[in-house]
Amino acid sequence: MTAVAEERVVPREAVVAKKRGIRPGRVALHAFLIFISLLWLFPLLWTVYTSLRPYGDTAKNGYVSIASSLSLDNYFNAWDQGNIPQFFFNTIVILVPAVIIVLLLASAIAFAVSRFSFKFNLFLLMLFTAGNLLPAQVIITPLYRMYLVLPLPAPLSTNGVWYDQYFGIMAIHIAFQLGFCTFVLSNYMKTLPKELTEAALVDGASVFRTYWQVILPLCKPPLAALATLEFTFIYNDFFWALVLMFTGNKRPITSALNNLQGQFFSDNNLLAAGAIIIAAPTLIVYFILQRQFIRGLTLGSTKG
Amino acid sequence: MAVSTNAAGAPRRRRRFSILTRQDKLVLGLAVGIPAFIHIFLVWVPTISSIFLSFTSWNGIGGLERIKFVGIDNYVNMFTRYPPFWPALQHNLVWLLTFLFIATPIGIFFAVLLDKNIRGTRIYQSAIYLPVVLSLAIVGFIWQLQYAPEEGVLNNVIHNFFPNMGTISWLGDKNINLAAVLVAASWRHIGYIMVLYLAGLKSVDPSLREAAAIDGASERQTFFRVVLPVLKPINVVILVITIIESLRAFDIVYVINKGQNGLELLSVLITQNIAGESSRVGFGSALAVILLLISVGPIIVFLTRTFEAPE
Repeated sequence: MTAVAEERVVPREAVVAKKRGIRPGRVALHAFLIFISLLWLFPLLWTVYTSLRPYGDTAKNGYVSIASSLSLDNYFNAWDQGNIPQFFFNTIVILVPAVIIVLLLASAIAFAVSRFSFKFNLFLLMLFTAGNLLPAQVIITPLYRMYLVLPLPAPLSTNGVWYDQYFGIMAIHIAFQLGFCTFVLSNYMKTLPKELTEAALVDGASVFRTYWQVILPLCKPPLAALATLEFTFIYNDFFWALVLMFTGNKRPITSALNNLQGQFFSDNNLLAAGAIIIAAPTLIVYFILQRQFIRGLTLGSTKG
Repeated sequence: MAVSTNAAGAPRRRRRFSILTRQDKLVLGLAVGIPAFIHIFLVWVPTISSIFLSFTSWNGIGGLERIKFVGIDNYVNMFTRYPPFWPALQHNLVWLLTFLFIATPIGIFFAVLLDKNIRGTRIYQSAIYLPVVLSLAIVGFIWQLQYAPEEGVLNNVIHNFFPNMGTISWLGDKNINLAAVLVAASWRHIGYIMVLYLAGLKSVDPSLREAAAIDGASERQTFFRVVLPVLKPINVVILVITIIESLRAFDIVYVINKGQNGLELLSVLITQNIAGESSRVGFGSALAVILLLISVGPIIVFLTRTFEAPE
């Protein structure tokens, strides 16, 4: 480490000295990046701006005008008229168990395949990884038919089958996301020293205790990153619930976007407010958990 | 990787398994068995069923015994008597090429710019990465506000500069709406690629670049001759992600107009055939198989690079 650090000192200065000479280049670079950043932020900022303006104001002055007044009225109206609390409830019922179960199951199988040698280790990992890459539409036709006939007892289902139930949406999220989470977690667990498991087992700890008290606590970083990422993925799902949840009022909020669009058809301000409300949880992730989110994204791609 | 531990530790393996009690083995069995069952049952059984059903005819009414084997009829129909198929395939291809040759390179370009030692790079990064947390459904929604014919920003700005120009229906005109949607989709995709590539660039040993700089290589030369070859693994990942994302495209066009009138995609056609009066299980499955066939290539590339060459 020190050797590398020492080596770096000399060229860094050389590079910096070289850069001093091309100051105008730096200015142009910053100008370009500022322009791009504003361009990138614009669509969302514009949506926020529209959402804060009363309908009458934009109707009179047009959308591209200085607002005569700003208010949160559109948000309150969208919240009430769009039945937003119900949709948020639906999302939570599906999302929270799905994230917890997917992380538990993925860490369990990742533990088993990365710490012990099975015949089908590699095959299973490849199957999981490939499954995660399939477009959802490849499996949807038979899956829809399965959901119509698969039995499910009363507390979990109101109609006796998987179709049109919270459970069904949760199940497909778990099955699909298992691939990615197992892939990431098994890669991470392989970097933990083998001796950890061996020592625990020799000391008489059961396999379950080794998993729960030795390995899992060491996996907090990838688990936190994956939890953030899976929260966003599942929250943002549009497709599964659109097809597998028939009752509009039971759909999670991202899929309910469709309903809102029909309902607020002519009122762009209200639509904008609705869009921002729906995007809010992911924007919170963006502002607060940005590091976890990015780590989750990159964990899957920069292995090795 | 799993193989290497296996090979290296063959004798040790026997010893380690000997300290496992029956209960331990049961726990391990469940740890593998439950997730594997869920994944195989809900992902791979339907995938295989899609292939099987694509050679049959079934309208979904009545039991499985009503399924009739029809050979390649569904495929023949799809290629010759189903008007939306070729446009949809073409749109998927346009989507793929746009991502591959425009959006992804722009994302890489931004990553390279932001990887330099510049002040405020975090702020720039945050701005470009913002759309990545949003769902494509919301992205479609937000861009509808920009593209709206009368109220939208874009047309209003255009009218300011060219008052005589007619109103452009960005999302309604089927000659331009695919391009308009691709701009919106790229807004998100570029940020996604930038994030992934930045992580890759950070992992490049800085001394490599410095060595190149000392040897008198220009920035451009350093990137193309030194950094890019080192980043081969991440380049493959990005290639695969770009292709898969293009094939998955659905939400954004569905939100905009349910994927009609110039915005047909394979994913939309499959969805239209799932349920309702037009429910054609065999035919929808045949469409899904086409999508599957296109996905297999990049998936195999990804698997090969991930599992065959452990450093």
